[in-house]
Amino acid sequence: MSFHDSKYSIWFFTGILLLIYGVLITGAGIYNYSGYGSRDIVLSELHIDLWWGLLLLVIGAIYCWFYLPARRK
Amino acid sequence: MPSLLSFLLVAPSGLISLGAVDLAVIAIYFVVVLAIGFWLKNQARTGDDFFLAGREMTAWIAGLSFLSANLGSLELMGWAAAAYQYGIIASHWYWIGAIPAMLFLALVMMPFYYISKTHSVPGYLQLRFGEDSRALSAVSFGFMTVLMSGINMYSMALVMKVVLGWDINFSIWVSSITVAIYVALGGLRSAIFNEVLQFMLIWLGALVIPIVGLLEAGGWDGMVARIQQNWPGGDYTHAWSTLGSFTANPMGIHWTGIVLGLGWVISFGYWTTDFLVVQRVLSAKDLRAAKMAPIIGASFKMMVPFIVILPGLLGLAVLPFKLTGEDVAVATGGHSYNEVLPLMLARYCGPGLMGLGITALIAGFMSGMAGNVSAFATVWTYDIYRAFMKKDADDRHYVAMGRWCTILGVLVSIGTAYLVMQFKSIMDYVQALFSFFIAPLFGTVLLGMLWKRATPKGGFWGLLTGTGASIAMWAWVKADPSALRYIALSPNAKDMAENMYRALWSWIVCVLVTVVVSYLSKPKPESELVGLVYGCTEIPSEAHVPLMQRPVFWAAAVAVVFLILQIRFW
Repeated sequence: MSFHDSKYSIWFFTGILLLIYGVLITGAGIYNYSGYGSRDIVLSELHIDLWWGLLLLVIGAIYCWFYLPARRK
Repeated sequence: MPSLLSFLLVAPSGLISLGAVDLAVIAIYFVVVLAIGFWLKNQARTGDDFFLAGREMTAWIAGLSFLSANLGSLELMGWAAAAYQYGIIASHWYWIGAIPAMLFLALVMMPFYYISKTHSVPGYLQLRFGEDSRALSAVSFGFMTVLMSGINMYSMALVMKVVLGWDINFSIWVSSITVAIYVALGGLRSAIFNEVLQFMLIWLGALVIPIVGLLEAGGWDGMVARIQQNWPGGDYTHAWSTLGSFTANPMGIHWTGIVLGLGWVISFGYWTTDFLVVQRVLSAKDLRAAKMAPIIGASFKMMVPFIVILPGLLGLAVLPFKLTGEDVAVATGGHSYNEVLPLMLARYCGPGLMGLGITALIAGFMSGMAGNVSAFATVWTYDIYRAFMKKDADDRHYVAMGRWCTILGVLVSIGTAYLVMQFKSIMDYVQALFSFFIAPLFGTVLLGMLWKRATPKGGFWGLLTGTGASIAMWAWVKADPSALRYIALSPNAKDMAENMYRALWSWIVCVLVTVVVSYLSKPKPESELVGLVYGCTEIPSEAHVPLMQRPVFWAAAVAVVFLILQIRFW
């Protein structure tokens, strides 16, 4: 089987990883937003972890959707 | 694993402490890179598969990998430190020190590399100049690549110790064994795919700092105002206007050194002849993809200062204390320039994001190391082992040799890392040695591609004397520091300026010797230069290709943005 016959793309793996990171970092962001986590960082009121986690989720979901193995058959 | 987990979580003396979510982010990264290696294991059966990724990479994958192999974590941290120390002048290593050379590789040199079907840069020298030139460049490249890999490995482990408090042995062994596994399993394809993943992580992990930093500083103008307030008298935000004399800028460099030494010789030497990066482009699926790959790489390279240089400048603006050199930092218990990126990471990133930032640094280190060992395995197997030791083995034998060589390369790198740990001065010597070969090699390859009168003897003697001249100049300044006034044209020149001028002189020596010896020796017949030299090679026309799909169009677009950046930050 040549590589091009493979239904998996590196972009699909990238999407999976970003999706997992998005879940983890969004979760950490929600935890911090709820006031449980330590907030000893500058501009903590911006909740950058929450926004960045959501960004990763969106990018990861887009990559996963476009490079889903089922769509490459 | 509880003891390992507690060891990582405790981080006894580090700058940053990690939480469980940060460690999960890092651990998942290691699982995914290894999974990619196992996934690609069965697709690296032939020599072309293992050493050239089957020559079927798209322009995007080859281009991102081309850039990622160069984006090591030491590069990220080192240039952020340089930006704190020297200001925006450090951007020249990403702009004039990269973009023109990458575009030149794409439009002028790539057709010859690709049409000749060479598997490596030493392989091209063999086709053009013969076995002597190939042997000289292959041995020097292989030797220096694994040594550099070891030095980078040690430096990265040291960073992990300073930043996270991790044990040096732990960092060295875990990261290098991971790289050895995924490259040995999947060859260049595995290295390239991981480099693409690492590229994404580096950007997504490092981009938080400039965005939040600019918000804190009040935008670019606010940052400049704060720097002027914190550092009165210094000019850290102009890239060209302070290069009129050696003493007007903290780097002690003149614009001629930047333009001719860095922008011409060192940059063109590295980006067009260092097999570590060229190998990624050789994996492209066709000539158009091979030409587009460096252009795609250049478009992102121009933007790297946003995640590397800008954090250093933001450090000048917002950090409440001043960073110093390593010696002063150790003596006073303060922070050194090299810690500016981790300090900014700790300033803005909470749990989770911190793990992503550290993963970006680890990813940078691993992409650089994978680049080194995959290039080493190719050059050793094809240009040394097959050329001089075992010429008639079958393809499977060479693939097996490539896999073993990958592991051997990693082990030698680990050995070098421990050697450097004992004798730190080795680091300076090896880094200087590496630079000896780049500039003359560029002279040899350039004349080989563009001048059909260049002869095998001219190519070999030019390369040898250029390298010898570089070593001699370095030794002269070591023995007599006052010689700096002749090599670097000024007694005030600093180390970087000396490197620029030494590279320029050694390139000139290489070119002159190649020309003189070529006129004194017999050239190859033109029939033997087909596919190797300008004027003897038919380059496929792109006249029928729509404008938007032509590499030259996108190269022009990148060049325009490059010029705008120079004017904006003049």
